[in-house]
Amino acid sequence: MENNKQLVIIGGGPAGLAAAIGAKQAGIDDLLILERDHCLGGILNQCIHNGFGLHTFGEELTGPEYAWRYIQQVKDLEIPYQLDSMVLDISEDKTIRYVNATQGVCQVHAQAIILAMGCRERPFGSLSIPGYRPAGIYSAGTAQKLVNIDGYMPGKEVVILGSGDIGLIMARRMTFEGAHVHTVAERLPYSGGLKRNIVQCLDDFNIPLQLSHTVVDVHGKDRIESVTIAQVNANNLPIAGTEQEYPCDTLLLSCGLIPENELSAKAGIQLSKITNGPIVNELLETNKEGVFACGNVLHVHDLVDFVSQEATKAGQNAAQYILNHLPETQHEIPIETSGLIRYTVPFSIDPSRMDDKQVIRFRLGNVLKNGYVNVYIDDKRIIHQKKMIRTPGEMESIVLKREWLSDATQSIRIETEVA
Amino acid sequence: MDVDVLIIGAGVVGSAIAYYLAKTDLKVAVIEKEEDVCTGTSKANSGIVHAGFDAIPNTLKAKFNVEGANLIPKLAKLLNFEYKQNGALVLCFDEKLRDHVEDLYQRGIANGVKDLKIIEKDEILKREPNVSEDVVCALYAPTSGIVCPFGMTIALAENAADNGVQFIFNEAVETIQRVQDGWKVNDRYHAKVLVNAAGLYADEIHNQFVDQKMNITPRRGEYLLFDRSVGNLCSHTLFQLPTEKGKGVLITPTVHGNILVGPNAQAVETKENVNTTALGQEEIRSKAQITIKHLPFNQVIRTFSGLRATPNGFDFVVGQTADHFYDAAGIESPGLSSAPAIGKWIAQQISEQLDAKDNPHYIATRKGFIDVKQLSDEEWNDLIQQDPAYGIIVCRCETITAGSIQDALTRSLPARSLDGIKRRVRAGMGRCQAGFCLPRSMEIMQEQLGISLEDIQLTNSHSKLITSKVKEGIHDGKQ
Ligand SMILES: Cc1cc2nc3c(=O)[nH]c(=O)nc-3n(C[C@H](O)[C@H](O)[C@H](O)COP(=O)(O)OP(=O)(O)OC[C@H]3O[C@@H](n4cnc5c(N)ncnc54)[C@H](O)[C@@H]3O)c2cc1C
Ligand SMILES: Cc1cc2nc3c(=O)[nH]c(=O)nc-3n(C[C@H](O)[C@H](O)[C@H](O)COP(=O)(O)OP(=O)(O)OC[C@H]3O[C@@H](n4cnc5c(N)ncnc54)[C@H](O)[C@@H]3O)c2cc1C
Repeated sequence: MENNKQLVIIGGGPAGLAAAIGAKQAGIDDLLILERDHCLGGILNQCIHNGFGLHTFGEELTGPEYAWRYIQQVKDLEIPYQLDSMVLDISEDKTIRYVNATQGVCQVHAQAIILAMGCRERPFGSLSIPGYRPAGIYSAGTAQKLVNIDGYMPGKEVVILGSGDIGLIMARRMTFEGAHVHTVAERLPYSGGLKRNIVQCLDDFNIPLQLSHTVVDVHGKDRIESVTIAQVNANNLPIAGTEQEYPCDTLLLSCGLIPENELSAKAGIQLSKITNGPIVNELLETNKEGVFACGNVLHVHDLVDFVSQEATKAGQNAAQYILNHLPETQHEIPIETSGLIRYTVPFSIDPSRMDDKQVIRFRLGNVLKNGYVNVYIDDKRIIHQKKMIRTPGEMESIVLKREWLSDATQSIRIETEVA
Repeated sequence: MDVDVLIIGAGVVGSAIAYYLAKTDLKVAVIEKEEDVCTGTSKANSGIVHAGFDAIPNTLKAKFNVEGANLIPKLAKLLNFEYKQNGALVLCFDEKLRDHVEDLYQRGIANGVKDLKIIEKDEILKREPNVSEDVVCALYAPTSGIVCPFGMTIALAENAADNGVQFIFNEAVETIQRVQDGWKVNDRYHAKVLVNAAGLYADEIHNQFVDQKMNITPRRGEYLLFDRSVGNLCSHTLFQLPTEKGKGVLITPTVHGNILVGPNAQAVETKENVNTTALGQEEIRSKAQITIKHLPFNQVIRTFSGLRATPNGFDFVVGQTADHFYDAAGIESPGLSSAPAIGKWIAQQISEQLDAKDNPHYIATRKGFIDVKQLSDEEWNDLIQQDPAYGIIVCRCETITAGSIQDALTRSLPARSLDGIKRRVRAGMGRCQAGFCLPRSMEIMQEQLGISLEDIQLTNSHSKLITSKVKEGIHDGKQ
């Protein structure tokens, strides 16, 4: 089977859904969402806790509720989608190859593509933790699916390694289900999760969070029996004498998320070594013309509201591209970063094409207390923003106004300043 | 149960013996303490089909290695497992050790290894551009190969099962008595001939019946496995020339396109010490960087270890060591390469002793598992038409379909654990290490095997994945 579409969106999570709606509302009718799962909604389907949608809808929804609002719109707008369909590759000329059980292997050629494949969890294997490899070790998201969707408990005596949001959420969830969560160990001196999750999921249940601690040994050959946790020094090496053994039947991992960019890499899309996502300009367009990216495949978000915002833009921009309304790029200015700023999305801006107000999202590489974020345009400081605390676990943003930039602008730089 | 031959241990060696005995009309059974074949040393090794230059001439190791390495490519075609002749380089990084390369070359010639050659730096770097500039020269062995160790073991065992060999799992051999016309094992299996292929535990069985006692010590080797995205780091198997500091570590591609780095060698306390250690991992990392300077350690997707069954007498112990009792013991490296030759030879001895005839219903070939990545779109579409399960991708990293997983669960020697599925069709072997596909694979097992999720095992029966349904037990004691 082979055919043509104006726009194909890969992934039917919140990013894919919002992108599709954005494109449809901007005049694209001939579009298709491809989703490998049984249903739309992506990772939100297993996030049955609340806290979604505060920014977008002004109320606290659960993950499935939030997703449903977008799925409903997709249905109302009659946007076509194909479930149980796994995209296998994207060719040079934007032909997408996918497979499902009813149609077999299909090819569809697209004028524009939006990448919205989300991310996956860092697995145990890649952490190179010494010890055995028994049953009972799960990534937190896998455990979340087992508990919330399938209705099964992976274990009762739990240790969590890593303080990412999913781990924090699962600490509470497992506790609700009668499990005993002994501790959360985090190798870094700060948590990778949101403050509100630490308070609501650990503190409220008296679950200790041990910063600068990691698992140094896993015991039990068949099913996990215990783990040894030790403190680590500034070089991340275990400090002898601080080892403590925790009996457990389950080890959950929440050690980071990795954007799912194998497809993108195969298609020749340039990826950032820092975000592991595509390098995009102000239109969220990758180095490949007509290929856009949004959501967790672009960079890992902590709030779905921002995913939806970003994806709507990607959808609108893809529509402009297809309708030939996009002005040619005049001059693309890379956004330079320094200090604690690890990256920005977008990575560059063309003043002639940017919105009146352009949101720049970024993350820090360490905690910044009472510090500033400064933005310089041609070495002139135009933003000097103080905040009590900024952490790597919470995505930050600033807004650049078009009026500050012109065709003559040479450089944009964003940096942190310690108080 | 009454059989002609009972084989203890379903590693590659026991499976190879079973495979060759299945060509005869003898009644054969294999007894294995774990839930599946290939759960011991045969599952955690380098997967190298050694050319045969390493073993000391005129040892059993040399003999069986060279013969085994000749058999494996033929078996790979017949039984459909993955093998590739990728060639090996033994790299020398010290001009002063050039003599040792020459010695190795001579040893290879003495063992009958073909096409050996000593090559210089330029040619090494032309073949392997990532190798360190410090390299001086190398022994080049074009006949060296790589094999999927699970693929080979499972193929041998499955073909044996197709040809009538019975496999008994989840039962350790605990008692063996010599009875009038043979052996009585665990009080319920009667056999004329007993074969000891118990890997690390072969000494315990051997010492019950053979005067010349043996002792097997476990020596652990740890590994790092890299993602396929860096699979082009090297194409040959890269050994380091042994120095006074030790044997060095190897870097090799696997038949599935990953890169494997290791092993070190460390004596360990027990025969179950298949854990990894911080020290071991560090040793491998630093040694491997002698061969390739900038290894992308952030692409490691798994670490693991295997145990060598090192015999005190150095050489393999193979043959009829007591009346109607055959040993295939002390089979350390190059045991994987040697297994087919050991199997063939032992099967021949037993057939003669028991005056066996040919198996009249012998099936010579075996269908491999379908890897949809290897199919053209037309072929794949035809397959999906026949069985839509081949259009459902379960393991996203390795593109493994529900069809393949169902196949693994319904063969003559079916997978019974998640690791069993993984070793057969690679579901969960990729970069996400089953994060996504675990729940889906479990569902398929539940359907195919008609068992509840709570009964699904990672490996043996002590490795259940689920403890209960949610809410179960919360109200215990309140009734
Ligand atoms: C456990 C968890 C808890 C969270 N908690 C909160 C919270 O409390 N509040 C909040 O605001 N945000 C929360 N978030 C963040 C938010 O849910 C995510 O940022 C958001 O879901 C990302 O959307 P996405 O569409 O980019 O990715 P996903 O939701 O992961 O969707 C990607 C989709 O693409 C599909 N796909 C991928 N590859 C292919 C392919 N090759 N072919 C076809 N389809 C493909 C996937 O199946 C998936 O459906 C949480 C996230 C997680 C994981
Ligand atoms: C680190 C390392 C690297 C290696 N690299 C290579 C290589 O590259 N090339 C190569 O050719 N060789 C290599 N080898 C050697 C090779 O892996 C082994 O020689 C081979 O796998 C041994 O197979 P086996 O069947 O004898 O043992 P195993 O695979 O251990 O099988 C023995 C079986 O017997 C069972 N068993 C034990 N006791 C009992 C009992 N009482 N009752 C029932 N069942 C029992 C066990 O459960 C096990 O399944 C390597 C080995 C190691 C450790």
